[in-house]
Parts: sequence; C-alpha cells; structure tokens
Amino acid sequence: MENAPLRTEEMPTETRKEVSVMNTRKKIDYSKWGYIFIAPFFICFFIFSLIPLVDTIRYSFFQYYTTGLKEVGPNFTGISNYVELFASDLGKYTWNTFIMWIIGFVPQIIIALILAAWFTDCRLKIHGKGFFKVVIYLPNLIMASAFSMLFFTLFSEVGPINSMMMQLGFFEKPFKFLASVGGSRSLVAIMNFLMWFGNTTIMLMAAIMGISPDIFEAAEIDGCNNTQRFFKITLPLIKPILAYSLITSLIGGLQMFDVPQILTGGKGTPDRTTMTLIMFLNQHLKARNYGMAGALSVYLFIVSGILCAIVYRMMNNESDYGEKKSKKKGERS
Amino acid sequence: MKNKQVIALLMSVLMGAGVLTGCGSASMASTGAGGSYFSSDEEGKVINIWTWNEEFRNRVTDYYPEVKETSSDGTVTTLKDGTEIHWTINPNQDGVYQDKLDEALKQQASADQDDKIDIFLAETDYLVKYIDKDIDVAIPLKELGIDPESDLYDQYKYTKDAACDADGVQRATSWQGCPGVFIYRRDIAREVFGTDDPDEVHALIADWDKYNEAAEKLKEAGYYMNSSTIDTQRVYTNNTKAPWVEKGSTTVKVDENVVKWIKDTKENLDKGYIHTTDGQWADTWNKDQGADSKVFGFFGPAWFVDFTLTPNYGESAEPNWGICESPQAYNWGGSFIVGCSGTDNKEHIKDIMLSLTGNKDVLLDIAKGTGDFTNTQSGMKELSEDDSFKSEFLCGQNPYKIYAPAAENIVMDKLSPYDQGCVEALGNSFGDYFNDKVDFEKAKENFETTIKERYPDITEVVWPE
Repeated sequence: MENAPLRTEEMPTETRKEVSVMNTRKKIDYSKWGYIFIAPFFICFFIFSLIPLVDTIRYSFFQYYTTGLKEVGPNFTGISNYVELFASDLGKYTWNTFIMWIIGFVPQIIIALILAAWFTDCRLKIHGKGFFKVVIYLPNLIMASAFSMLFFTLFSEVGPINSMMMQLGFFEKPFKFLASVGGSRSLVAIMNFLMWFGNTTIMLMAAIMGISPDIFEAAEIDGCNNTQRFFKITLPLIKPILAYSLITSLIGGLQMFDVPQILTGGKGTPDRTTMTLIMFLNQHLKARNYGMAGALSVYLFIVSGILCAIVYRMMNNESDYGEKKSKKKGERS
Repeated sequence: MKNKQVIALLMSVLMGAGVLTGCGSASMASTGAGGSYFSSDEEGKVINIWTWNEEFRNRVTDYYPEVKETSSDGTVTTLKDGTEIHWTINPNQDGVYQDKLDEALKQQASADQDDKIDIFLAETDYLVKYIDKDIDVAIPLKELGIDPESDLYDQYKYTKDAACDADGVQRATSWQGCPGVFIYRRDIAREVFGTDDPDEVHALIADWDKYNEAAEKLKEAGYYMNSSTIDTQRVYTNNTKAPWVEKGSTTVKVDENVVKWIKDTKENLDKGYIHTTDGQWADTWNKDQGADSKVFGFFGPAWFVDFTLTPNYGESAEPNWGICESPQAYNWGGSFIVGCSGTDNKEHIKDIMLSLTGNKDVLLDIAKGTGDFTNTQSGMKELSEDDSFKSEFLCGQNPYKIYAPAAENIVMDKLSPYDQGCVEALGNSFGDYFNDKVDFEKAKENFETTIKERYPDITEVVWPE
C-alpha cells in the first residue's frame, strides 16, 4: 500500500470526478453471463430432477396406483406407505443388496490393488501396459443386460459350463446355478466384479502414480523389500482414494439392479434372495404403485444421502488441506 | 463458507437422489372420446395396429383380401384403396407390450388423428383388462356395425363369451380358437406302449391317474413324461371352479385344482417324470422339443405345433409327432382384435374384423395354410371330416379331428383381470418349492407377497382348506 497513488481526498476536484467515473466503470458486472451460462443446467435440473424428486416424496404419502387400466388415488394416507414398507421384507432386500455387493467388491479391490501395484512398478518392466489396461477395462463397456444374458446362457442347466463340468467329471448331473442361493448370488457378484475391477484398477493406478518417486527411492536405499514397500508406503498413501472407491462402489452397489434383474427375469429367484432394493422398487412400479415406490425411494434417498455426505466430508477434508496452503501463500504475498 | 458447504452438500445429495428417481407421473386420462367412440366421421388414411409379434401381421398380409402390398421392412402395409396400415410391434415379454400400449392409450385423446391407435391386439390372459366397460377403450362390436349374433354366428361361443364385458357386450373378436391337446413323440410311444395311434395313446392318458401310470412306464424306459414343471399348469388352472378373483372382490381365491397342480407336479418331479424346473420358453424347454430329447409329450394348442414345436424340432427332421386329446380340456392363448376408442377408421376396422374373423372362406384358408385352428365351427367340422387333409409334421394325421371336438368342451367364463399375474406368480413362487429351496408354506407366502406387490388392491389371498 506504500506505493499507492494519491488518496482521493488529496486530489484536485476534477481529477476526483474522473476517478469516480472510473470506479463506476470498474463496477460493470459481468457475472450475469456466468449465471446465463450455468442456467441450462439448472433449468434441466429443476424440470427433470428436482420436480420429480419432490413429487416422489409427496406421493410417498399417498395411496396412488393403477390396477388394470384403472387409476386409484392419489388419496392422502399419511405414513401408511412407510409402515407397510417397513413391515415388508425390506431388511431382507437390503441384506441381499449388501451381500451381493460385498462378494463382488472384496475380490474387486484386491485384484485391482495387485494389478495397479504391478502396472506402476517400474522395476517389473511390463510390456504392453496400454493393451492390458484396455482389456481389463473392456467388460465395463458391455451393457450390463447383455452381460447377464451371456451368463444366463452360459450357466443354464443345459449351458456350456454345465456340459463342460460334466465332461470333465466335476459334476455328475447338471448343477442348477440359478436355482441355488449361493450360485445365483455369486454369479451376480462375479459379473459386477468383472465389470468394475478395471475401472478401480485405473483409478488406483492414478493414485499410486501420484506418490512421489523420491519416497520409493529413499525406502529402497534404506533396504525396504517389496512387501514392506506395498504395505508401508503405497497403501497408506493411497488411502483416501481407496476410501473414495469404497464409498462410490457402495453407492453404486445400493443401486444394483440391472445384472440380477436380467439374470433372474426380475423375480429375484430363488426365494427372492437376489432381489435387490431397486428390483423391489421395480416390482412396485410394475403396478405403477407410486405411493409405495415413493416411500421406498425416500428410504433409498436417505441412505444414499448419508453415504454422499460421507464422501463429501472425505473430499472436503482433502481440499481443506489445500485451502490452508493457499491461504498461507496469500499471507506471504 | 459454511453456507456454501451446506448448499453444496444439499446439491450433491439431490443429484445423487435424482439418479434414483427416474420416474415421473402422468395422470391417466379417460380414453373414451366422450359419447362417441370415433374421433372423425371421415375415414382416416392411416390405420395404426399394435401387436406383440408377427402373427397377426402375417394373417393380414397373407389373408386379408384388401391388401395390396407390404413394405420390405414390414412396417407399412398398403391397402387397395390407398389406406396404409402402420404396424407397431412390441414384445410381450416382461409386460413390455402392455406397458407401452397402456402409455399410448393414455395419450390417445390428445394424439394426432393419424397417430391414434385404431386396432390393438390382446391375448386371452389380459383381454379382460382392456374390454372393461368402465375403462371403455374397446369399441363394442355393435358400434362398429357388427352384429355378433348374425355376423359372427359361426364362431365358437367361448371365444365370444371371453370377449364380453360385464354387461355381456362383445368388444373384441378372434380369428382363432386354442383348444389344447397333448402332443407326443410317436417313436417313444411305439417303443414304450407298443402303439402310436392317437386314440390308443389318449386311452393311456385319459385321466390324471392313468397319466401318472403312463409316466411311470416312460420313466422305466428312460424317458420323461413332460419337459417343464409348468407344462401341465394351464390344464389345471383352466379347470378351476371359480375365477382367481371374483368380480368386485379384493381377495385372490386359490382354487383346489391349483393346489392339486402343485401337489401333483411336485410328486411327479420327485418321481422323475418331469425333466426340468426351468419354465416354458427357457432354453431347456426348447431343446426338449428337439429330435434327440428324452421327453415324451407337450401340452399345447394348434399354434404351439405350428409356431413353437415345428421350429424347435427342426423342419428337416423326420416327422415324428402325433396329437391326441388331453386328460382335461383346456385353452391356451388366443389373440383378440380390439377396435380402439378414438379411431377414425370405423369402416376399415369393421371390414378387417369381418374378413378375418367372420368369413368362413378366409378362415378355412388360414387353417389350411398355417395349421392354425380358426374360429369357424362349421369350417372346422368340415376340415375334421375331410380325410384328404393331412399334416405332414404329424405323420399324416388330420389334427382337426382332435382339435374340433376339444374346442367344443372349452368353457371360458372364469376370466379375471388378475389372471396373468396370478399364473405367473404361481409358476415363479412354486418353482422354488419344486427345487426344494423353500417349503410349501414359504412358497405360499412368496406367492402372496408377489401378488400383493403386483396388485396393490388385493387385500388377501385365501387358500383352500
């Protein structure tokens, strides 16, 4: 501030006028363009997301469904939909969703970690990394429904897997994968694993490559072996990304439905043990039961809202760290 | 700062939730055009027909005399007077056809004249839903200028009864009858029973006790009686004493015969008479109709032989099938032509209906050309007495000899709008029971859950004592 020009009061009156003109000119506001540019998103958001969302919440307090071509309601019924929802097998479907997610997620994160560690290890000198990255990512590009149709055919009672196993002498008679609880749940989990491990691998690779090579070099000089390096350096340093992929996968898992829906024809067979929460929602939508479907959506909304809050907090802590840094910089200048 | 965080959090939560709520709502406007079923007195230039497979389109293009040509992709058929038929085909599976049709019916009143649905097809399983007099989307035949009494006198009575609403007003008409028969492999019959004659085979399965005895013999010889546990379902559920849901009631009453089906099927499956618990249309089921399968027979109507068995067996394979009467008379399927309220093609609808469902010559042509069982009592009688008519696929047998009397015995007065869901839920819920995954009580519970989800207005499910 020492080098600042003359203060306004010290200036002659005419110059003062000019300055005040300059000041008003400086105040010309370009921010409206910002609002105009982001407006399309917000308009779309309000029409296609927010209004249906509010409607969904509203309908969750109504009796509102279609039978045949006749429409019943909407009649306000208070929280009766919620009472009915929690009296149904909601817990079972939550558990189904969770169990199928966890059997898929555990191998997914382990394989992804191993692959990411290998691909980023410059000592291994793997050739054709780009090729392998593409290959492991490919399953994610196939439509989930096409993928489950494929598995449905492969693992059917007269499918190739069964006939192969019988020819090799592992099975005496065809095993009904889709009629057994373990079989069908594992199939769903395997499919989710195959579809998503590539994605996770690439994310973790990025995280590992973000670690400064100095640390690895220093560790090596200190006589650190491969195992120690992985568990003592890599793992702790990519923890935030690991946590992030856990949470996103959890939210994705909560919305799981395409694979089991196609695999079991939307029935969640056997004994509704592969019925996920969203499949349960679909059952209600089949009858256009907006009331019950709304109540279930609100339940999912709250659960995923909590998960979102956790992600947000986690990411926010990260940026807080960055903010402090930049604040310090500001103080210095 | 704190405020921004809160807003950002709120936004991110809303976004996340936005993904979960894809479905808005639209109010179901009454589709009836208020007093008149027709939106215009002048005939429109476009007839929109909605159906779920190629069957009806082929019937129209092959047998409707007014057809001039059909575009190579099959979407547009031009009639001799220049009117175009636009075909909209959506698959039946998973209720896709009905969902889309229901959606389009909601828009019917506001749609452009040439986009309005003029005709749609409905299957017996859900016909009741569309011919309901309160919903009034199906035009009564009388309004179209068709008198069911005189114009359709030759049709089987049960097909007319099935198309009547609660007041007995007929609102749809069908060109086919679907009397179910038993279709068996002749080579297996000769090997196990020493005969492949339809009458003698029928004597062996004349009732369910005899049927089970025959199944035992087949099993000893290394064969299965049926392919799927679902195969016999329709035979039993068609012979119930009461509909699934009585008019005006909100209770699903499970009939004794349905429980008998569950018991019998479980027993037969455990004894090894039935090959698989996979349902109909599944891979296993299709393969079981092939030339090298170990399955003796299937239950089905005429269209099953023509539309399902023939392609699954293979056109080139040696003809090897015979048909005889089923242990109990039953009906499976049947496509009905429905004139849709709001149409501007009154005369064309009338003409198509009369030609394809009331004209004996056309119906006989369809029967001779496709093997379908058509809706003409006198025609079918003639055909069944015509010894020169032989089906190559059935080793020279005249199938109408079996179909025609079977059609006489069908009664279809127990339809309810809930049939499709009940029949589907029955197969699914008890599939787990057949597979020994759940016990009988648990399967019953699952059946009830499924029904109540599918039909929120159903308040209870009652089982027979």
